Amino acid sequence: MLAGLSFSQPLLLAALVILPVLWLILRAIPPAAKRLRFAAVGLLLGLKDETRQADRTPWWLLALRIFAILAAILGFAGPTLNPTPNSLSSGPLLLVFDGGWAEASDWDIRRQKASEILAEASRSARPVALITLVESPQTPVFQSADSVLTRINAMDPSPWLPRAMFEWAKVLPTGDFETYWLSDGLDHAGRDALHTALANKGDVRVYQSPRVLLGIAPAVIKDGAVIVTVLRPLGGPEAEVEVIGRGPDPAGIDRELARFKVAFSVGEIRAESSLSLPPELRNRLNRFEILGNRSAGAVSLTDDSLKRRKIAILAGGTSKEGLTLLDQTHYLRQALAPSTELIEGALADVLKASPDVVILADVARLTQAESDALLDWIEKGGLLLRFSGPRLAASDLSRSAEDPLMPVRLREGGREIGGTMSWGDPRPIAPFAEGSPFHGLEVPQDLTVSEQVLAEPGPDVAQRTIASLADGTPLVTRKIIGDGQVVLFHVTANAEWSSLPLSGLFVQMLERLAVSAGSEPPKPETLKGQIWSAGRVIDGYGAGQSGEDISGVDGELLGNALFAGPSDGLPPGVYTEGARSLALNAISVDATLEPAVWPNIQIIDGIGASKSVALKGPLLAASLCLTLLDILAALWLSGRLASFARKSAAIVMMGFLPFHAPPAQAQEAAKDEVAIAATEGVVLAYVRTGDASLDTLSQAGLLGLSDRLTERTSIEPLPPMGVDIEADELAFFPFLYWPITTTQALPSPGAYDRLNAYLRSGGMILFDTKDGDISQNGVTSAEGETLRGIAQGLDIPPLNIIPTDHILTRSFYLIQNFPGRFDSPILWVEAAPEQAEATDGMPFRPQNDGVTPVVIGGNDWASAWATDEFGAPLYPVGRGEGGERQRETAYRFGINLIMHVLTGNYKSDQVHVPALLERLGQ
Amino acid sequence: MTVSLSLRAEADVLGQSLPTLLAEAERLSSALSLGDHGRKRAGQGADFWQYRPAMPGDSARNIDWRRSAKSDAPYIREREWQASQGVTFWVDSAKSMQFQSSKSKQSKTDRAFIVAYALAISLLKGGERVGIEGQGRPRAGIAQMSMLALALADQRVAEFGAPSLHDAISHSRAVVISDFLGDLGPLQAALGAAADKGVRGVIIQILDPIEEDFPFDGRTIFQSVGGGIAFETQEAGDLRARYLQRLQDRKAELARMAQALGWHFTTHHTGSPALPLLLWAHQALGGNR
Repeated sequence: MLAGLSFSQPLLLAALVILPVLWLILRAIPPAAKRLRFAAVGLLLGLKDETRQADRTPWWLLALRIFAILAAILGFAGPTLNPTPNSLSSGPLLLVFDGGWAEASDWDIRRQKASEILAEASRSARPVALITLVESPQTPVFQSADSVLTRINAMDPSPWLPRAMFEWAKVLPTGDFETYWLSDGLDHAGRDALHTALANKGDVRVYQSPRVLLGIAPAVIKDGAVIVTVLRPLGGPEAEVEVIGRGPDPAGIDRELARFKVAFSVGEIRAESSLSLPPELRNRLNRFEILGNRSAGAVSLTDDSLKRRKIAILAGGTSKEGLTLLDQTHYLRQALAPSTELIEGALADVLKASPDVVILADVARLTQAESDALLDWIEKGGLLLRFSGPRLAASDLSRSAEDPLMPVRLREGGREIGGTMSWGDPRPIAPFAEGSPFHGLEVPQDLTVSEQVLAEPGPDVAQRTIASLADGTPLVTRKIIGDGQVVLFHVTANAEWSSLPLSGLFVQMLERLAVSAGSEPPKPETLKGQIWSAGRVIDGYGAGQSGEDISGVDGELLGNALFAGPSDGLPPGVYTEGARSLALNAISVDATLEPAVWPNIQIIDGIGASKSVALKGPLLAASLCLTLLDILAALWLSGRLASFARKSAAIVMMGFLPFHAPPAQAQEAAKDEVAIAATEGVVLAYVRTGDASLDTLSQAGLLGLSDRLTERTSIEPLPPMGVDIEADELAFFPFLYWPITTTQALPSPGAYDRLNAYLRSGGMILFDTKDGDISQNGVTSAEGETLRGIAQGLDIPPLNIIPTDHILTRSFYLIQNFPGRFDSPILWVEAAPEQAEATDGMPFRPQNDGVTPVVIGGNDWASAWATDEFGAPLYPVGRGEGGERQRETAYRFGINLIMHVLTGNYKSDQVHVPALLERLGQ
Repeated sequence: MTVSLSLRAEADVLGQSLPTLLAEAERLSSALSLGDHGRKRAGQGADFWQYRPAMPGDSARNIDWRRSAKSDAPYIREREWQASQGVTFWVDSAKSMQFQSSKSKQSKTDRAFIVAYALAISLLKGGERVGIEGQGRPRAGIAQMSMLALALADQRVAEFGAPSLHDAISHSRAVVISDFLGDLGPLQAALGAAADKGVRGVIIQILDPIEEDFPFDGRTIFQSVGGGIAFETQEAGDLRARYLQRLQDRKAELARMAQALGWHFTTHHTGSPALPLLLWAHQALGGNR
């Protein structure tokens, strides 16, 4: 501790020698007696003191004074804790950043630390060079600290980790320099080598954050469950990490789909959690995130491997009993069962289950209805996979004219090669041509095809062929129909005609056709020859970005990256090729987080804590406090404290009263009381914003509205209440008024949870941005921006500007505009379903069967509604009669709103009254 | 003497309220009234006593001609014998009386002056003769007031006052006002001498509230008001009980002395209003007869 203490004026410490002298002097001088005029002194004469303690300074008072002086002397000597050590060194300085995602969560602290170092360097005019190890090595240039500072301020962590650090060792600048290494605390390849190289150049100082780094490995499927693995570099105590799975809901809005805890046991560096989700939910998942952790490593994107495709397999004819291996579909089932959901049944039935793929193995005959339905399904994006076989060869399907469900016309009879009755040998498969989805796949030499159906030569055949035999005859042909495609294997799905279904190539081909996706990440070689484009990529902080500006990636590189981790030019993200998608994550499948072990050097733990602390201020403050204490003590000794205390007690009490926290029990009781008060009747509530005047306004506004409701309707609300969304229970209130100010902080995750639960359970929030005067013409005000920020975490359905036939226009009064203090026509409510269309004779469309969970506008309704306790309006609205008319309309809107909240779409149902009456036979 | 002027004004104000007292007393009974007291027999006086037939030796100027004209014999108009009471004040103006704590609005001197002067005004207005010790025998008349004021405002230098009542005439009344914090010997002597002359009266002890409370703590040097006497203590709080006991003893001693001589004794605090004390003093002076 003391090692990290230095003094700016050490000479002053010499004054410490006077302390013993002071001790003696102070000891000899008792606190002065006070002199009092007292007429009755005559009566006192002759009285003897019982105690004689005050004529020598009490030891504790002495100690107090000595400490006060000690603190003052030490304070003026200017001590500094953890002094910035380079204050004495000079010469060039190399600042080393790891720069990967592992630093993202405390990037600001690192940047701060770096700027401290740079400020120090700038003071001593040291040249500084900066290297970021995630970048590709290049010799750094020493420049002024200030220019490095601007670079650091513009720097963001990369979503990958440094690799091959030894490369940097080769490009270090010449000459000696000191190194400051802001390490992320993880071991990276070549770190030792680089460290040695740096140590040869001069001192190396390593800063490392004590924060626990967490990473999430790609989710994998095991036994039908999703396994999510969370990693940490060092085994520590038991810990629990919350992970959320997110993905789009059916409407395409990103939502939390799963939330679960992953628990580390003591000393473990990996923790797993198994998650079984219904397939619908699982297929929608697109990423897992560690809650409260902001880095690319805390985000794990998912891809096809997590999805279970629905595949319908139909085979022609009845299968022959006992001959499983000869079954047309046996190998398909073997290949697909682990990763997909197989559907069996009649074609008409399976199509209703909306499969992703339909496989027809040697099916020649389809009814007209079936083929129409199938064609319809393909046009909407289905993949029809057909295998040929004896039946197909024997039929006249696609013979004279191309069948819509066949990619090519077929020649009669097929062909047999290398059989007992034919010439030639069985034909091997030719390497896949460029442009074929199979391009890059290795073709085993022992694969042969002995029988096939032949495509009738035609202009389209070459273009539609995606695999062919060595002699050039098509083996696999494909035709695009609408959004979908038909793929025909010219061989059987069993081993009767070729050995293809027996090989691994068959599975890979199915994967390439997006028929199946392996649960293991694909091997690089299986991706060879494809160009993958980045869909959505994530940055170092784990935030999603569009990957549009990233050029296509060769499949093999991508495949390698799946194991080696992302790198420059290949950021983590979801890459797509055709219908397939692959997730490249910051942490690859088998990776672990290896803690860095530094060879025998001082690691300065705690990037934040190593900040040098000047103790001068605290010491002088302590000295002052002790002196004040001494005054009090002296007062007390001389008996003057009592009167002093009496005078000051009141002031002190007043100062302390508000800080007396009521005991917990009382708080509970108070909570109960609030709950009882809130549930005794309908209570309109507003969100307390922390701005007292605004809260008063909300209170007055809702009071005014409550009064109007009581006067005019059967709703008789109790006085309105303010709620604290961070602490209070919201479920008691049917309606929340939420004025937005720019100063509002975002709600905490807990508050969001409660708000979302509130919205889902039928609550309504009226957001009021109070900017109706300026935000009319598409201008977004600062309040609007704040609202956007707040609403981001809320479970809000798609909104639209209120249509003229919305229930709010007629739930009590018939109104067409919704003014408050401002009269902006823009009011956002939940969008009506698209299919809602007005029927003839009906004035409005059948709409949502519920209450819009939010109403957003900026008309400052509270000001228009606000009344004092006598019912007189508090704020002027508009001007003269027109203004009063506007206020009245504002009340009517408020009444309609509360009616809508409390009665739902009751008024909407009124539309059916004539029909109902007719049905009743009236 | 600006101080005394303001004091006099204050005493005047206080004295103004006394006539109500007088009126009250007159209403209750003439016997309780101040000033000339009827002696229930003929003699010098202003009030009619009786008519009696003129006897040889009566001066002709004593004949009440109007009464005599109603009958044949001459009548003498006799008046009741009336005599006013003399009251001698002794007010301590020593330095100890100048003490004033933060708890009171007046020093003891001021309070003593006001009490004495107000009493004197009311007595004079009632026709009594009022005198102040050291200024000659009691005299009647409003002119005496100015003399009183000057005498009362006279400051002395002694730490504690030593009362004397030489100017009190026989069978008159005396008012002794002091804090009685000094030696009680002179008081005893003066009271003894006065009692020998048949003088009776009241003893008023004026104390500052702080002298009753002794709210002191810690190391303290107590000094007399003149600075002549000092007393140092290390812990004033420890002395409180013993001081209060002594004060109590002092009051008891005064009360005992008063009782022995047929005098009245009270203790008054400068923190409390003066009027009740005045009422009490009137009662004590008048009720004694």
